[in-house]
Amino acid sequence: MLDRRSRLVLTAMAFAFAFLYIPIVSVIVYSFNESRLVTVWSGFSLKWWRELPQNTAMVSAALLSLKIAFVTATVAVVLGTFAGVALARYKRFRGRTLFTGLITAPLVMPEVIMGISLLLLFVMLERLTGWPERGFTTVAIAHVTFTMAYVAVIVQSRLVTFDYALEEAAQDLGARPAKVFFVITLPIIAPALVSGWLLAFTLSLDDLVIAQFVTGPADTTLPILVYSSVRRGVSPEINVLASIIVGIVTIGIIIATLLLQRRERIRRREAWTG
Amino acid sequence: MAIVDPARARRAPEPWNDPAAIPYVRIENVVKRFSDFSAVNDISLNIYRGELFALLGGSGSGKTTLLRMLAGFETPSEGRILIDGVDMAGVPPYDRPVNMMFQSYALFPHMNVEQNIAFGLKQDGLPKPQIAERVGAILDMVQMSQFAKRKPHQLSGGQRQRVALARALVKQPKLLLLDEPLAALDKKLREQTQFELMTIQEKVGITFVMVTHDQEEAMTMASRIAVMDRGEIVQVGTPNEIYEYPNSRFVADFIGSVNMYEGRLVEDESDHVVIDSPALGGTVYVDHGVSAAPGANVWLAIRPEKIKVSRTRPAGTHNITRGKVRDIGYLGDVSNYYVTLQSGETMEATLPNLVRLAEPAVLWDEEVWLSWEAENAIVLTS
Ligand SMILES: Nc1ncnc2c1ncn2[C@@H]1O[C@H](COP(=O)(O)OP(=O)(O)OP(=O)(O)O)[C@@H](O)[C@H]1O
Ligand SMILES: [Mg+2]
Repeated sequence: MLDRRSRLVLTAMAFAFAFLYIPIVSVIVYSFNESRLVTVWSGFSLKWWRELPQNTAMVSAALLSLKIAFVTATVAVVLGTFAGVALARYKRFRGRTLFTGLITAPLVMPEVIMGISLLLLFVMLERLTGWPERGFTTVAIAHVTFTMAYVAVIVQSRLVTFDYALEEAAQDLGARPAKVFFVITLPIIAPALVSGWLLAFTLSLDDLVIAQFVTGPADTTLPILVYSSVRRGVSPEINVLASIIVGIVTIGIIIATLLLQRRERIRRREAWTG
Repeated sequence: MAIVDPARARRAPEPWNDPAAIPYVRIENVVKRFSDFSAVNDISLNIYRGELFALLGGSGSGKTTLLRMLAGFETPSEGRILIDGVDMAGVPPYDRPVNMMFQSYALFPHMNVEQNIAFGLKQDGLPKPQIAERVGAILDMVQMSQFAKRKPHQLSGGQRQRVALARALVKQPKLLLLDEPLAALDKKLREQTQFELMTIQEKVGITFVMVTHDQEEAMTMASRIAVMDRGEIVQVGTPNEIYEYPNSRFVADFIGSVNMYEGRLVEDESDHVVIDSPALGGTVYVDHGVSAAPGANVWLAIRPEKIKVSRTRPAGTHNITRGKVRDIGYLGDVSNYYVTLQSGETMEATLPNLVRLAEPAVLWDEEVWLSWEAENAIVLTS
């Protein structure tokens, strides 16, 4: 029998899950709605699923957003890792406070300000050098600047519990510092890098404000498209698109979980036999 | 048939007593300062090939710092370190012919036992078959072959210790540094591993420098011991020398337990001295000379196991005192008697329990006589 406390916990959990997932479920349900109106249910249909591929604007916006998110996450992980390592490792160097401030400022800076300052920078740069043209490149650069901060913070906090004796041991066994970093440090903190990558990916995919400032007329990201179409009246295709994204994310999470579980199982089996 | 002391037989040559012998590791006037604080303060030390040298000292005495300077993780603020005749200044850790076994073992968590051990050989660019062969051989030596595919977190403390040792040994360094190699093991395993480690050291013939704060461990394992205190070396010698002839109150007190009393030198001959010690209620006769002027204040150190306890007054006129048994500590193999002397001072005597469940020879509150041989008292001037 469940005691009172665990029943309370279960109820609270059920509410929390309901709060989180009912909107998502309703998006999926409404993607099969027959009606033109997003909010009125008028019967089951696959109409909008069939129509989405024809909506080239939406498809290309989605692809653009995914591409930007991918590039952003990858670059942000590389730069953010170096920044995080520098912050964690070098406790005292000239300008450390300034460096810390510069790296973490994007975390607290209002998006509007980030957007407008980056826009000013890009406009000036383009006038002076002819590069970058506003669009994919500028959005990606802008996203890297603010997602990098998140990666840096994740890596830095992972390194707080990192045992530096491991690096010394590797050096002692003959590995040069650069090699030690790639062969010992990186593999050990890899989970932090993966979560950093996923976070950067999601942040980039999600960003509306900054992208709106720095993108050009040719490149419309998905959030921009959705936002502007909402003002004109939402097309039910958005529900379909949302369902697809939810589906992709779910599959990704399931695969990741399965992989982790399998590794755990193998590890446990090894521990038993061996 | 000649009876040979096994400890002597095992390490017959004593290069530190041979002025012609060339030290393998030379530490010359090394100082290490952290900002304004000297962790290592002007240490000079010669270590010879094949030694198992122990750095012994209390917490914060600078043992690890000295070891880390040998490994190259810290640079001396002053002085220099030579290994096999080569000045190590400016040589980074990855280029030194030295390997270290870390106190925390520092096994790479993402590699299995085999990969951990092979890591150092890979850095040397050895061909694969040769690496496999050497890893296999060293795994055999530390008896870890059946665990080759395990990750460090699947090993017990003792097994991790063996892997760490194997990983440091497999490169066949000129010098192996061990920072408290056995500290993480429980007492029983530690004692067993001490002898294993000694056997391995003899087999591979590599010079070991070991840090420990466990004096029994140092006594058991080391060819020589350097006792450190607050960044300085107080005494260097074989375990026997350090125990029987400590050169200061600090060493006498640090190694084993000891009874220590103040006294005044009244007679100083080349073959004996006489010390007047109010604490012991009379004069003490010691059969070796000291370098102090008559009238000087000195300390007398007597090891508890060198003291005899009896109900009747022993023969002789010197080195006898009386007291009342205050406490008896039964330790199984031996018992410790704490006797309050007439001066109020306490004298500790350790007697073996030779007969099983025997009535103790002496009981609580009994008046007893305590005596010791003239050769067993140590006179200390500092
Ligand atoms: N990097 C450092 N910066 C400042 N002080 C240090 C540093 N490393 C060591 N010390 C200081 O130097 C002194 C000696 O330290 P060390 O680690 O050598 O002691 P130890 O003899 O190994 O002690 P333990 O038995 O506790 O390991 C200590 O007082 C310590 O606080
Ligand atoms: Mg230490």
